[in-house]
Amino acid sequence: MGLIRQVFIITAKDLRAELRTKEAVNAALAFAVMILVLFSFAFDPEEATTQMISGGLLWIVFAFAGTLVLNRSFARELPNDCLDALVAAPVSGAVLFLGKALANYLLVTAVELVALPVFGILYNVRWYRQFWPVMLVLVLGTWGITVIGTIFSALTVNIRLREVMLPMLTYPMLVPALMGAMRLTTDLVQGKPIDDDSAVWLKLLVSFDVVYTAVSLLLVETVLVG
Amino acid sequence: MRDKILYGLGVLAFLILARDIYAIARFPAEANQGYAFKILFFHLPAWAAAGTAVTTALVTSVMFLVTKNFKYDATAVAATEVGVAFISVGLVTGSIWGRVIWGIWWTWDARLTSALVLWLLYAGYLMLRHAVEEPTQRATFGAVFSIFAFIDVPIVYFSIRWWRTQHPSPVFFSSTGSFPPDWSAVMLWNILAIVMLAVVIVAVRLRQEETQREIDHLRRLAHAF
Amino acid sequence: MDALAAEGVWKYYGDFPALRDVNFTCPAGSCLALIGRNGAGKTTLLRTVAGFTRPMRGKIRILGKEPRETAARRNIGFIGHGIAVYDELSALENLTLYARLYGVADPRRRALQWLENTGLERVRDGLVREFSRGMRQRLAVARAFLHEPAVLLLDEPFTALDDRAIAVLQRLLREGLAQGRTIVLSTHQLREALELATHVALLVRGQVAFHGPCTPEMVADPGLVYARYGEG
Repeated sequence: MGLIRQVFIITAKDLRAELRTKEAVNAALAFAVMILVLFSFAFDPEEATTQMISGGLLWIVFAFAGTLVLNRSFARELPNDCLDALVAAPVSGAVLFLGKALANYLLVTAVELVALPVFGILYNVRWYRQFWPVMLVLVLGTWGITVIGTIFSALTVNIRLREVMLPMLTYPMLVPALMGAMRLTTDLVQGKPIDDDSAVWLKLLVSFDVVYTAVSLLLVETVLVG
Repeated sequence: MRDKILYGLGVLAFLILARDIYAIARFPAEANQGYAFKILFFHLPAWAAAGTAVTTALVTSVMFLVTKNFKYDATAVAATEVGVAFISVGLVTGSIWGRVIWGIWWTWDARLTSALVLWLLYAGYLMLRHAVEEPTQRATFGAVFSIFAFIDVPIVYFSIRWWRTQHPSPVFFSSTGSFPPDWSAVMLWNILAIVMLAVVIVAVRLRQEETQREIDHLRRLAHAF
Repeated sequence: MDALAAEGVWKYYGDFPALRDVNFTCPAGSCLALIGRNGAGKTTLLRTVAGFTRPMRGKIRILGKEPRETAARRNIGFIGHGIAVYDELSALENLTLYARLYGVADPRRRALQWLENTGLERVRDGLVREFSRGMRQRLAVARAFLHEPAVLLLDEPFTALDDRAIAVLQRLLREGLAQGRTIVLSTHQLREALELATHVALLVRGQVAFHGPCTPEMVADPGLVYARYGEG
């Protein structure tokens, strides 16, 4: 289908450009590892305590490191006025958005998949005991971060103080998803399965992803063209 | 004419509030809560006003995107500012009540967290507007962000139904609640009065915003040609 | 049907009128030189016609359609102030990308063809960030032309071009006109533009002060239009 192919063209372009310079990915990786290392000096916890903070710590790392990648998303179109060329091309805003969101998603997930083992090693936590549920939460939570980050990257690309405004707008909006991801991850790392109580958080994550993706797709054209 | 209506509404709101405060002051201490429950008569209306304000902001934001009429943009700004103010009042009154009843100023349950997020989002809206220089772009981006921000409102509202929270379950508007009927009348009047007050403040702020825009417009005309 | 039509176009930035009641048409195969002082609204007009921003009032039609419609966008080639190619990609990668986005059959072949057309075939795998300014400009021209658009909108295309790039652009524009394409170019370099132009429009403070065919006396004395219709 033509639209899907167009999405992949955009995704491929973003990935190719990023992998050539690796600016954002390296920065995000370095930042993630640094936070993990710093926090491990800050506490000297035993395993039970570490498991309790695991969800919170991991998702803070993911959110902060992810923002470094997401900020670049539309900002990379600014030099040479490339954004003009993309907007002028016969691709809809929704395709542009999805293409970039997908590229961001892959990059952020890659960073997370490196950060997880580092976390496991530094904090001596066996996060992989319920591996597939943890991956499910990772997939859902990361999409939430990606969607919000990508649409707001588009919104803030041309305004003053972009690097400050993006996190300031994005983090509050992410709170429901982050809370859900944090609670679920902590539960899973502690060995608890996802039961009726925590299923609420899972439902929240899924609804969050669906609603914000839909609203973003509707509004991206307005953001890009006005 | 518009001014007269505003004055009238404002005076009416104050009168109702004055009568209510008199009545509330005369209520005896409640069985479980002592005198602290009286703050609820302002806590709930503040949130009602906040809800009205942000809903107005949403509607006018959508209208702006559809019609491109800046009147809607001005109303959205005014409504959001008043909304942030009333959210602050709601958070503070709730916090005071919590301190008296449970001994804690704050907790991170679903309702309080999502309510604080609401404050952050609409404060973010106001900051976003300051960061965009061009007026049409400012209005467009503000409107888009306002739509996103409003998605948190259902989360705030339904949080006490969806999760177990520190915040009490619905007492006033629910069938299982235990709110005494003679207090209900005062509460409803208070909600009316404070929402009316919010409307008046939004209208005043809107007037000020429109005047400011006219001044900017004239200044630009004077310099451009 | 005119290739391009603007009817009663007003564009505001906030409450500042950048375009005021702009009306003109461009028949197919014509070349319009859009002239005017800095700040007159040339860039705003071109960007509005190209569909980057919507007018407050009025209508724009490209080949009878709205600028934002896909069918119209496929037929617009735009050169703005930036070159709109990616520094981190090679010349070939850039052109192939745009060829794909515009739905060109066999995008790679078209990209190679246009690299040749603009004299860049030898640096096709070089990254754009290593190119000289003239090479970057030529690549921008290739990008705008490669999907063979019926309408070309060029904002001060001759500015900051070296001689070779100017020659390439002039050749391509002449070929385009011969092929029946419609061109609108805004410019300060009156001489190069008026040599190609079939029509001239003068923008003064957002309004079209003059719009008519390009006459030999205009080509001989480029300042003539300004003197007669502008502000001197």
